[in-house]
Amino acid sequence: MAKTNMSLIRNAMPTQDAKVRAHNFDEVALGYTEEQAIDEAMRCLNCKNMPCVDGCPVKIHIPEFISKIKDGDFEGAYQIITKSSSLPAVCGRVCPQESQCESKCVRGIKGESVGIGRLERFVADWHNTFSTEEPAHPVSNGHRVAIVGSGPSGLTCAGDLAKKGYDVTVYEALHTAGGVLVYGIPEFRLPKKIVAKEVDTLKKLGVHIETNVVIGKTLTIDELFEIGYEAVFVGSGAGLPNFMGIPGESLKGVYSANEFLTRSNLMKAYLNSPETPIMKGGKVAVVGGGNVAMDAARTALRLGAEKVYIVYRRSMEELPARREEVEHAEEEGIEFRLLCNPIEILGYNNPDDTRDPKNGFVRAMICVRMELGAPDERGRRRPVVIPDSEFTIDVDSVIMSIGTSPNPLIKSTTEGLEVNRWGGIVVNEDGLTSRNAVYAGGDAVTGAATVISAMGAGKTAAKAIDDYLSK
Amino acid sequence: MYKIVEKKILNPTVIQFYIEAPLVANKAKPGQFIILRVDEDGERIPLTVAGVNKENGTVKIIFQVVGGTTKKLSYKEAGEYIQDFVGPLGVATHLDGLKKVCIVGGGVGCAIAMPIAEALHKNGAHVTSIIGFRNKDLLILEDEFKACSDTLHVMTDDGSYGKYGNVTVPLKAMLEAGDKFDMIITIGPLIMMKFVVATARPYGTPVTASMNPIMIDGTGMCGGCRLTLNVDGKKVTKFACVDGPDFNGYEIDFDEAMSRGRMYSDFERHAYENSCNLFKKEVQ
Repeated sequence: MAKTNMSLIRNAMPTQDAKVRAHNFDEVALGYTEEQAIDEAMRCLNCKNMPCVDGCPVKIHIPEFISKIKDGDFEGAYQIITKSSSLPAVCGRVCPQESQCESKCVRGIKGESVGIGRLERFVADWHNTFSTEEPAHPVSNGHRVAIVGSGPSGLTCAGDLAKKGYDVTVYEALHTAGGVLVYGIPEFRLPKKIVAKEVDTLKKLGVHIETNVVIGKTLTIDELFEIGYEAVFVGSGAGLPNFMGIPGESLKGVYSANEFLTRSNLMKAYLNSPETPIMKGGKVAVVGGGNVAMDAARTALRLGAEKVYIVYRRSMEELPARREEVEHAEEEGIEFRLLCNPIEILGYNNPDDTRDPKNGFVRAMICVRMELGAPDERGRRRPVVIPDSEFTIDVDSVIMSIGTSPNPLIKSTTEGLEVNRWGGIVVNEDGLTSRNAVYAGGDAVTGAATVISAMGAGKTAAKAIDDYLSK
Repeated sequence: MYKIVEKKILNPTVIQFYIEAPLVANKAKPGQFIILRVDEDGERIPLTVAGVNKENGTVKIIFQVVGGTTKKLSYKEAGEYIQDFVGPLGVATHLDGLKKVCIVGGGVGCAIAMPIAEALHKNGAHVTSIIGFRNKDLLILEDEFKACSDTLHVMTDDGSYGKYGNVTVPLKAMLEAGDKFDMIITIGPLIMMKFVVATARPYGTPVTASMNPIMIDGTGMCGGCRLTLNVDGKKVTKFACVDGPDFNGYEIDFDEAMSRGRMYSDFERHAYENSCNLFKKEVQ
């Protein structure tokens, strides 16, 4: 075997040029070549105590799959990853590895950590491109489990249970499976054909996917048990978008990030679908600083905006989005208006012509400047308004990306299902809710979080359901 | 895919379908809606359930051809399929305890009002129905309303059928004459519902209005269907898909809802024209 690569710097991820990609929806990161992947894998020290695995919510055997890459056995590497993860091509792209596996990497103490996420992506893409191996159809154990929602937690739970021989049906409210992976995360970060491929893999494992069924409406949780399911996992995701409650939020041209991204991604406005209207061009302000805000801003840019602002009330240091997404956004020309908070959105109102078609559309946003005061209970410094600091930004649309509150549909139709004061479903460490045989995980429990934490919850629940049903 | 079992043309622009969707048929109640897509990559449009046939598992929808999607849907024939059909969504109209009700429907909104009138009639409530249309050609469901109403007023804007005038004329006359209703339930164009509320206001009669804003998922995710209610002097944002579609008429900001409803009117006109042109080409 070749010698360990002791370079302090990891192999850079090849990306589309910022000027070019700002005008297309093709994937930003292009992925490692075989040579780059092997070279990067050689940086792994194969530590005995495997700190990286501790950092992974689904406990992928990281040093083991990287060893296979070193040997050029990419399919072997894939087989190791899929033992723990049902969605490797997705995780390799959207996991915040820098705060998980990679943050524990020994190589990161002096220099950069091994590019674990990039290697995972390489392996998954290699498999999807070259492998003809069909997943083995597991032997049925005769137990039926229903999964509510086909997002990351639901798909993970379904995959893990199907591999153990359970007869699993996933119910999805929308017309396409994938949840936030298809309606939320944009094509340039996660191509939809990759999600479709992962869903296909699950179908080959025997998972049934029923779209157009809203649990809580079309069928209730209790009816799922009546039909014959022995356990239910609820991964229904985050819910209603929050708004700020400032004047002007109902003007035409004000979107929630959920609506804007859903129009672009799921409803394909990004492909110029003649079926889906979306406001494009002009100046766009995105309010908020999370990953969803970055996705909305970069989508608006690609749809043809002349100027896109991120308006966030704290400073760059507190910005919750992944560093990589922020850097990409900056490179593409998104302007960050930090320590800045909107207090009113202004609309056109032509006093001489009440039928002016521009009436009622957004024209500007009034903001105040903020400074950081004393830390709050979570240790984050609280933003405080600077007196007399009002100023106006000219904008044509505003996208509110300030979080969501849990969906009421399941809670309101499931008797005895306990929720916390924010409306999140209450679960124990196994993902079990207050109802017997009903498990939950992902954003429906935690509120808006990451794809991988939802997958971790799906995995935990799958194990608990298996323990419960094999008793 | 969901099969169209029956098609009936109610008037030149209004069509009725029965669509095979047993799970929806089993659950749907008056006032709830469904979302459908005609074909792959199609728009998701909300339509209120106009009735169900539980025996054969079909759901009745009645729609007016107003844009590209409804145009495309109108070309479908019985025996053909549509891509997606999901529901029932929204909260059913609250009918419990209502003894004397006035139903006010306008245009294709009458299709939504009808199952509510039927359900009330079945509950033994006294039902007065006022249905209004632009003209005689656009009249729908007169016989059905007759069958479930104690009193029926048919109005046309041009007087070509029934009585001349809009729906508020008989409503006002009844209220003025001292008729008391437990509830007025109104469904139709926003401007009509706004005036129904204005007509009822001096008499303090409660009004429920059924809202049909622009919507995508219909399950409480996108927030596109939000509307503003004025509750005790405070502005409250509500979502028609999960909180509605029925709201207290006195609290709804109708002007804002009308403005938001026109957000994509340019786009919709183009889509409608394109879809007509496509059809012309197919015919040629």
